[in-house]
Amino acid sequence: MSGNEYVTRFPEVREPLLNLKGAPGKNKRVLPAPFDTAGAADLPGTGDLPDLPDVSEVETVRHFTRLSRLNYGIDHGMYPLGSCTMKYNPKITEEIAARLAPIHPADTAAMEPVLERLAQLQEHLGEICGMDACSLWPAAGAHGELTGMMVISRALKSRGDKRRTVLIPDTAHGTNPASCTIAGFATKAIPSGEKGYLEASILRQHLDRDTAALMITNPNTLGIFEQEIGAIAELLHKNGSYLYMDGANLNAIMGVARPGDMGVDCMHVNLHKTFGTPHGGGGPGSGPVLVRQELEPFLPAPRIVRDGSGAYALEEEPHPESIGKVHSCLGNVSVCIRALAYILSLGSRGLREAATTASLNALYLKNRLKSLFDLAYETPTLHEFVLSDALQKEGGVTTMDMAKTLMDFGFHPPTVYFPLVVAGALMIEPTETEPLEELDRFVQAMENIAAMSREEPEKTHESPRTAPVSRVDEVWAARNLILTWPDGRIQPGEEGI
Amino acid sequence: MSYISHNGEDLGRILAAIGIERPDEVFSTIPPALLCGAGLAVEGPKDEESLRRELDFRPSRVVFAGGGIYRHHIPAAVDALASRQEFVTAYTPYQPEISQGTLQAIFEYQSMMAGLTGMEVSNASMYDGATALAEAALMALRIKGIRRVAVTRAMQPSYRSVLRTYLAHAEVDGIVEIPFDPVTGQTDLDALEKSAGPDTAFFIQSPNYFGVIEPMEQVARVVSGRAGFWGVAVTEALSLGVLKAPGEYGPDVVLGEAQSFGNPAGAGGPLLGFFCTRKEHVRRMPGRVVGLTKDREGSQAFCLTLSTREQHIRREKATSNICTNQGLCALRAAIYLSAMGPEGLKRTALQCAAGARFLMGLLKEKGIAPVFSAPVFHEFAIPMDEDKLKELKSAGIVPGVPVSRQYPEIPGSVLVTVTEMNTQEECRCLATNM
Repeated sequence: MSGNEYVTRFPEVREPLLNLKGAPGKNKRVLPAPFDTAGAADLPGTGDLPDLPDVSEVETVRHFTRLSRLNYGIDHGMYPLGSCTMKYNPKITEEIAARLAPIHPADTAAMEPVLERLAQLQEHLGEICGMDACSLWPAAGAHGELTGMMVISRALKSRGDKRRTVLIPDTAHGTNPASCTIAGFATKAIPSGEKGYLEASILRQHLDRDTAALMITNPNTLGIFEQEIGAIAELLHKNGSYLYMDGANLNAIMGVARPGDMGVDCMHVNLHKTFGTPHGGGGPGSGPVLVRQELEPFLPAPRIVRDGSGAYALEEEPHPESIGKVHSCLGNVSVCIRALAYILSLGSRGLREAATTASLNALYLKNRLKSLFDLAYETPTLHEFVLSDALQKEGGVTTMDMAKTLMDFGFHPPTVYFPLVVAGALMIEPTETEPLEELDRFVQAMENIAAMSREEPEKTHESPRTAPVSRVDEVWAARNLILTWPDGRIQPGEEGI
Repeated sequence: MSYISHNGEDLGRILAAIGIERPDEVFSTIPPALLCGAGLAVEGPKDEESLRRELDFRPSRVVFAGGGIYRHHIPAAVDALASRQEFVTAYTPYQPEISQGTLQAIFEYQSMMAGLTGMEVSNASMYDGATALAEAALMALRIKGIRRVAVTRAMQPSYRSVLRTYLAHAEVDGIVEIPFDPVTGQTDLDALEKSAGPDTAFFIQSPNYFGVIEPMEQVARVVSGRAGFWGVAVTEALSLGVLKAPGEYGPDVVLGEAQSFGNPAGAGGPLLGFFCTRKEHVRRMPGRVVGLTKDREGSQAFCLTLSTREQHIRREKATSNICTNQGLCALRAAIYLSAMGPEGLKRTALQCAAGARFLMGLLKEKGIAPVFSAPVFHEFAIPMDEDKLKELKSAGIVPGVPVSRQYPEIPGSVLVTVTEMNTQEECRCLATNM
């Protein structure tokens, strides 16, 4: 590969690594210098000049601007990743969140109104979920699961109960069993029924005196509402077990039905899914935990309290039964404030309208696509649905081929090969914010792909053809494990790449 | 506000395609008893101006607070670039072909963090420094023969709290706290020597919670070959701009908080946990990692790798449950480091150290001496009672982070931090008000 290929084109297709740019003395940034650094001469243990690229401001700006253009985001177009709820992220929430930037958490005067707003978010989430208490500190969904399961573990311990098995339906997200393991539980996968939801009769066969909890996602990852949730909760409670709900799919039911009313004891919500905060290319998210009253003492420290004068503050001493801290400070505060701004901007009716439209959009797509692709379950669905490659595979076209071909039509692919209960799954969640024209464009793309699969299947194997890079070799990456830029400034392409 | 695009005609088309008459029919599978009849007690809907008016937050006038979260200069380019919606509104880069921007930027973040810490690999980020420490301990406990965790009492208190929370649910024979010397503020090396056995994973922090720089060469001499595993926590990443890379002392992991790299104090979060280790531990490492690879044409490309450690493949046997991390914060760190460059990072770190010494000098003139004698980076504990704290608060001055609540053995003291964001005048203002 010659160096010429690294000349940036418009539109960009690739950008050299930052360490290949710059040279000593290029960065001429003038920095704040209020003090005389001669005063720091006694600093012990000093080292060499840090090993960083030395580039000018213009080069920094162009480098990251070019990188940004190699990315696909919600603001480009539809991003129908099932169970990820890639809805539009309102810009006003960014502006509001930026106002927190200069505040240090030890600045108690400045923190009072922040804590007041965080308390308001806790109350609103409690109202939306029908739960009694909330902690905002978990920094992501998986962190929320872990925190929630620690709460359950602590509650069991407090009543001297040694149960340690958590039942998890086979449609669950992989973080569920991983979180349970870290919280000290053993997990057992249980099959959901033929209809795509967990039947109480199946649960009954797996319940025993060691069952600490059932962890369920509702609606589940097939987009199906867990219709027997009421009976399931009753069975669990009679058995002395807890019902944990993964709120990843709360968007489908917010303002319509409340987990607390279904008998859920403990749950987390993903603010970066349901409440419109951006995913940021992999965080920061936020995974608040909500519990029923009896579990409140076990919530993470510190709780937000009101002092004698009614001002909002953090409790000084944690509740003796609290699981302790799960974050060094207050979680992803600015994500929480964004979510609050989102909730306030929609209001009660807006939340319900969002949930309703999320299902309308998904059902519209499902009805337009079900004659062309295999639909794994006949049971009615809500905000998402799962197709498979069963009809296309005969011609040699897989789910991966279809996903990559969708890129050439200008879409981010759906979630693929998940849930595991459907072979070759394509899990589609358009969300409420997609315009009808975009839904139609997606249908058209899928129709084209179905036709390609019949007529010229080999073309789909070459996709994506219009993305910045062609299909990426993930096996090579795992085998060679190049995780930092090469020391000797090796140009990829020269060393056999 | 509503972010739904359908007009009446669109809605009619959608309903017709589905074959229903009213939108609410989509919820026919939800048992009627579970439906909320009335609306929820949620405020709104509100317009943007109302939100702007109601959600307004302002910092105090003069702030000398740090203690794990720091106020630093953030070049304007960081906000301009990191707010590009191509980065902000993307999901985790599971589809590498259309996520090369995020992937390459995270790869560059990993490269720079590995370089700054003197380690071989870095993951893509952790929630914060405290969970990075907890995950490091869990990683150590997966190594055969390691059953105990020892941590210096001069480690940031909230890190020790989170560590205890996580380890309460793990198989571990005990958590030992190594005391610090009440005069110097440095970790007691004799006590460390007694605790550091081959069954123990030991964690130290430098500069430690009191801002004190630990004698890392001596620490390494005591620990190497004695403890089964050891790690260095760095809660002020900016110190890496001037202090020797912790990796040079030979630890198994270097972890901590990189919020200082281009991320604001932000009322406490989001923070940016970092996790760096040696290649021999890479398959035990928690969290996502980006690798360099090639595409079908042989061109350079990036993708998430080592996913066989992760929960979506390993499920209950995963090395960690972390999934969504702090991607955008790591991107900000990468942009910050690019904008600051080697000289900028070093000069800023020196500014902080010089500022702390400047303020220390002013306070000495007023007869106020630091609680500890050992050299510090940019923060130090001083005596201060609750009344004084309140008095300063009402004057719009935040002198620092109170430490006595976490350390009853150091009653009436505050951790004062100086960064390049403070001025000489602010230092004089604090000293005058003491």
